[in-house]
Amino acid sequence: MNKLSPLHDKIYCALSGSAADAQTIAEIVNYQLDVHSIEVDEDPLVCSAATLVKNISYKYKEELSAHLIVAGWDRRAGGQVYATLNGLLTRQPFAVGGSGSFYIYGFVDAEYRSDMTRQECQEFVVNSLSLAMSRDGSSGGVAYVVTIDSEGVEEKCILGNQLPTFYDPDI
Amino acid sequence: MNRHSFDSRVKGVSLGTTILAVKFAGGVIIGSDSRASMGGSYVSSKVINKLVQVHDRIFCCMSGSLADAQAITRAAKFQLAFHSIQMDEPPLVMAAASIMQELCYQHKEELSAGFITAGWDRKKGPQVYSVSMGGMLVSQPFTIGGSGSTYIYGYADAKYKPGMTREECQTFAVNALALAMGRDNVSGGVAHLAIISEKGEDMKEDADRALSQSRCVMGNSKAKE
Repeated sequence: MNKLSPLHDKIYCALSGSAADAQTIAEIVNYQLDVHSIEVDEDPLVCSAATLVKNISYKYKEELSAHLIVAGWDRRAGGQVYATLNGLLTRQPFAVGGSGSFYIYGFVDAEYRSDMTRQECQEFVVNSLSLAMSRDGSSGGVAYVVTIDSEGVEEKCILGNQLPTFYDPDI
Repeated sequence: MNRHSFDSRVKGVSLGTTILAVKFAGGVIIGSDSRASMGGSYVSSKVINKLVQVHDRIFCCMSGSLADAQAITRAAKFQLAFHSIQMDEPPLVMAAASIMQELCYQHKEELSAGFITAGWDRKKGPQVYSVSMGGMLVSQPFTIGGSGSTYIYGYADAKYKPGMTREECQTFAVNALALAMGRDNVSGGVAHLAIISEKGEDMKEDADRALSQSRCVMGNSKAKE
C-alpha cells in the first residue's frame, strides 16, 4: 500500500495509524487545498496544508487515530516538514512516525545533519526505513520515497530486495 | 496516571532502563544507564548502578523490577560462588547465565526482571548472554535490553560491525546509551560501563588473569546528537 498521498502538486503527506482514517483525512485536505488555492490564485503553502490536517486531527482527536506527516516545497519557505500528531502542529527539520519509528529514533538522532545534499538525504531516508522495516513486525514490503524540490516531484519505489542490509546478530 | 502506576505500586521501584553488552576480540563491554523510576513520573534514584559483579570476570546488568532483579542477582551470586568452589576453578559465563535463566524461568509467574550477562572465561573467551523476562537464554555478539532499547534497535543494527576494536566498541556502547537516554523518559543519568578483558593494560597483574575496569561517563559529556 502506498502510504504517501499527494495533497497538492508539491505537497505530500505520509499516512500512519488507521489506514481508513488517514486516507480520509488526506482526501478531505486535498479537496480543501484545491479550493484554497483557487481562492488565493496561487500554489498553497506547506504550512496551510499542515494547518488543515492539524485542524481535522485536533477537532476529531477522540474518534480518529491517524498521524500524518506533511512535507513539501513552496516558494516562500522552501522545503518544510510538519508533524501533526494528535492535533499538534510543529515544524521540524525531519520527522518520523508510525509503529516502526520507535526503533529508529536513536539512528535518526545520530545520523541526521542539517547540511545534507539531496542524495545523502535520500540515503538517510532509505537506511532509516530499511532498519525500521527489519525490526517492526507491522512494517515491511517496499519503500516508497518521494523527493520534492523547486524543480518538481520524483517518486521512487525501492523493492524489498534492493533495500540496504545491515548486520544481523541473530543470524 | 492510576493505570500506569499500578504495577509499580505493586512492585515498587522499577528499572525503566537501557542496558547493553558488546563483545570484542579479547573482552566484552557491558553498560547501562543509572535511572530508577516509579511509575514513569518520579525518578527515585539518579545514580543507581545496575551493573552487578557476580564473579571476578562476570557481570550482570538488571532491568525490570529492581527488587526482583536484586533478589535474583544476589541468589545467583551465591550459587555461582558455591559452584566455583565445588569445581575448584573460575566459573564459566554460561554457568552464570544458566543460573539466572533457571531462577527467571522457575519463578516466571512472580518475577519480572530481565538481564544481560557478560564476561570472560578461559574456555570460550568473551561472551554475551541475554536472559529475557520469561527465562529465554540466547548468546549473541551484542545485545540491547530494557525499555530504552527499542529506540536504538535501528542505530545498533546500523552501527555494529563484527570485529570492532575495544575503542570502537566503547564508542558504540556510549553513543547507543546516550541516544536511548535521550529518547526514553525512564532511562537517564550517567552511563556506567564495565570493560571485562583478558588482561589489563595498566594494572600490575598476571598477564593471563582477566581483569575488569569500571568507567562512569557523566551525563553532560555523552555523545552529542
